[in-house]
Amino acid sequence: MEEKKEDKEPKKRVNMREQEPLVRARNFMEVPYGYNPEEAVAEASRCLSCLNPICRKGCPVAIDIPSFVKLIKEGRFIEAAWKIKEDNALPAVCGRVCPQEIQCESMCILGKKGEPVAIGNLERFVADYEREKGEVQIPGRPKLSGRKIAIIGSGPAGLSCAADLIKSGHQVTLFEALHKPGGVLIYGIPEFRLPKAIVEKEVDYISKLGVKVVLNAVIGKLFTIDELFSEQGYDACFIATGAGLPMFLGIPGENLNGIYSANEFLTRANLMKAYLFPEYDTPIKKGRNVAVFGGGNVAMDSARVALRLGAEKVHLIYRRSEAEMPARKAETHHAREEGVEFLMLTNPVRFIDDGKGNVCAVECQKMELGEPDTSGRRKPVPVKGSEFQIEIDVAIPAIGTRSNPLLTKTIPDLSLNKRGYIIADEETGMTSKKGVFAGGDIITGSATVILAMGAGRKAAKAINEYLKWKYWDTSRFVGQ
Amino acid sequence: MFKILKKEELSDLVILFEIEAQDIAKKAKAGNFFTLRINEQGERIPLTIADFDRDRGTITTVFQKMGKTTHLLGALNAGDSIMDVIGPLGMHSHIENFGKVICVGGGVGIAPTYPIARALREAGNTVISIIGARTKNLIFWEDRMRNVSDELIIVTDDGSLGRKAVVTVPLDERLTEDKDIELAYAIGPAIMMKFVCVTTQKHNVKTIVSLNSIMVDATGMCGACRVEVGGETKFACVDGPEFEGHKVDFDLLMSRQRMYVNEEKIAFERYKEKSGVK
Ligand SMILES: Cc1cc2nc3c(=O)[nH]c(=O)nc-3n(C[C@H](O)[C@H](O)[C@H](O)COP(=O)(O)OP(=O)(O)OC[C@H]3O[C@@H](n4cnc5c(N)ncnc54)[C@H](O)[C@@H]3O)c2cc1C
Ligand SMILES: Cc1cc2nc3c(=O)[nH]c(=O)nc-3n(C[C@H](O)[C@H](O)[C@H](O)COP(=O)(O)OP(=O)(O)OC[C@H]3O[C@@H](n4cnc5c(N)ncnc54)[C@H](O)[C@@H]3O)c2cc1C
Ligand code: SF4
Ligand code: SF4
Ligand code: FES
Repeated sequence: MEEKKEDKEPKKRVNMREQEPLVRARNFMEVPYGYNPEEAVAEASRCLSCLNPICRKGCPVAIDIPSFVKLIKEGRFIEAAWKIKEDNALPAVCGRVCPQEIQCESMCILGKKGEPVAIGNLERFVADYEREKGEVQIPGRPKLSGRKIAIIGSGPAGLSCAADLIKSGHQVTLFEALHKPGGVLIYGIPEFRLPKAIVEKEVDYISKLGVKVVLNAVIGKLFTIDELFSEQGYDACFIATGAGLPMFLGIPGENLNGIYSANEFLTRANLMKAYLFPEYDTPIKKGRNVAVFGGGNVAMDSARVALRLGAEKVHLIYRRSEAEMPARKAETHHAREEGVEFLMLTNPVRFIDDGKGNVCAVECQKMELGEPDTSGRRKPVPVKGSEFQIEIDVAIPAIGTRSNPLLTKTIPDLSLNKRGYIIADEETGMTSKKGVFAGGDIITGSATVILAMGAGRKAAKAINEYLKWKYWDTSRFVGQ
Repeated sequence: MFKILKKEELSDLVILFEIEAQDIAKKAKAGNFFTLRINEQGERIPLTIADFDRDRGTITTVFQKMGKTTHLLGALNAGDSIMDVIGPLGMHSHIENFGKVICVGGGVGIAPTYPIARALREAGNTVISIIGARTKNLIFWEDRMRNVSDELIIVTDDGSLGRKAVVTVPLDERLTEDKDIELAYAIGPAIMMKFVCVTTQKHNVKTIVSLNSIMVDATGMCGACRVEVGGETKFACVDGPEFEGHKVDFDLLMSRQRMYVNEEKIAFERYKEKSGVK
């Protein structure tokens, strides 16, 4: 049956309507409008309901894609949302930010001949529909177990772990260092890509389930992990503090005024709402000519925020070629449409001072691709004599993050790897310290929202087991 | 929400708050600071924990009204609350018995100098303190400082209290006389700390300064607070705020402190218009 359908000319994917590029490049409202019910049904109808749905293999949490898509086809949108929520607590987020083209959609059978089913768009649609129309169900509280669990960090890993553990009847406290919960979803990913109201709703939901959210609590400073165990009576803890330490380029002039780490630039704009200055008090330099360095999602977000703050020109400078850029395809496409100028195979060598401590230009060098490096990507090598300067007044290195040692250095008996990330068992999140689990970017380095959520759920399961047996075996993974 | 239990106006511009913050009070040590956000639209600003009372669960801070946020803060009264208070942050001071030490506090920097001088004294040091400001009205905590110092020297730029001098004058004299001073501490405006370091370097006395760079999260996540110490970039909020003064690039610090002068002016003018402050 499947084969027959495949032979036919596949129907075209239903695209999401979105704001005009030149209009949206000047506002912070969400770029795509999302599907309406008719569009969602039309797109869902393209799915072949495969008996062996290989799309699921592409999803890190193996969402039952054909089932939820079928429910959409039948107009049962709320049920479709619940179906997804069996495996993914944050569909409105993942539908928007998952790199679908290398995950679920990359496997979809329709992709072999034409365009894959727009799984992400459909996921987003039902989650939004449920939020706007449906009664969000708050399940009754299960029997209390009498156990207490501390979760450190309220990004996707911490949120999903908390959601699962509270359903098991434990007392769960979520500690967050910042004044708003959500991790990168709040301070990093901009409003136009992930409206903050959605994240707030999700956090609200888990608070309603009974999770106690404690903001402004910098663990390691306010309380140590040992104090949480010994003085506050926690039975286990899950560390999900992310990879929030910005890396810089390490070139001369990098501390001049006007040069921001992507973390700072995005935090000022998103968390502190500096784009609304002076309504909001936090200032941000609105550059006229901005250079962003890097090729990932963080670089795209920085470039697009700079445009929206009013920049005339935004250069995105990357040392490899576009094929190697790790950003989601949708983001690169959107950035280019909005007028971000891509300068590929280019590397900055120094920043130039205007004589008053501000950056006024960056000197760059052209690169060419040489032999493949250890990552399999062709290594960029500088072209001699190719130096040139670009006038800029704001520069944003977005070249990655490392693990923030603030908490880990207060836990001497926790094993870290060479790069400072916590060593933990991938399946359970168990670390070298009894009762301490970890997951998300703090063990993997910068990864994705869905992987962090997956790690949170695996840890929740393992924590439940641990509370039963208090068994701790770290021989499998510690000491590598 | 964090309640202000006590407000004291120490001078025209300098205000003391005692804030209810049980958990922070339990952990605070000399040299730590905290970050606050007054309301939903507010920015996050760092202030030093100038004192703490573990039994009552309070922290004390002393701040100088500079621009919008500190003026808005100064307009609050006992009984009012601050939305967010985050701490204790930063590395606390390294306290041991060095022998003889000299502590220099300039302007509002007198406040953070106090718990350090106290801790140094409790550790057995002989403590000489120098406090200074532009004028008499800006000097505060003379009594507190006297209580924790073996000797207290007061200077003002205009001579309205104590000696008419800047802090580096008595500092230079003492370092010339007392060859056994092992360590100097200096907290105040960047320009003061810079010249204290010039002076102590002459006498080869190790000097600790507390750097007040612009901060956002104050947990090492953004890099707004970066400073150069010994040619290396450091994050003042987590690596500091205290550093060895002779290695600090003060010109960079001062330049980075000026990054938002235009924006600060806009925010302050707007605030003044709305609130009727002169
Ligand atoms: C700008 C940007 C864009 C991105 N875009 C995408 C995308 O499009 N798609 C995608 O899949 N992924 C994207 N990512 C990656 C994704 O956001 C991360 O992989 C994911 O958020 C990691 O989740 P986490 O829960 O491990 O940590 P985080 O989201 O980093 O959350 C960690 C939380 O812990 C808190 N914390 C840290 N230390 C402490 C402490 N000591 N005490 C208390 N709390 C603490 C932090 O304040 C933070 O809130 C992007 C990342 C960035 C920065
Ligand atoms: C670790 C540390 C401890 C401090 N302790 C004290 C203290 O105990 N008492 C006290 O009066 N002041 C202290 N400060 C300085 C205080 O944070 C600033 O005076 C305050 O932020 C000024 O804000 P404003 O809006 O009133 O003034 P603005 O007009 O906005 O700024 C005045 C000056 O303050 C500095 N500043 C502005 N915003 C920030 C910010 N977000 N973070 C840091 N500095 C900023 C800038 O250099 C600016 O030029 C400390 C600073 C640091 C970094
Ligand atoms: S969670 Fe992400 S990868 Fe999984 S189905 Fe949804 S969009 Fe695809
Ligand atoms: S999404 Fe694609 S692979 Fe998955 S069931 Fe539908 S057609 Fe098959
Ligand atoms: S203030 Fe953000 S890293 Fe120091």
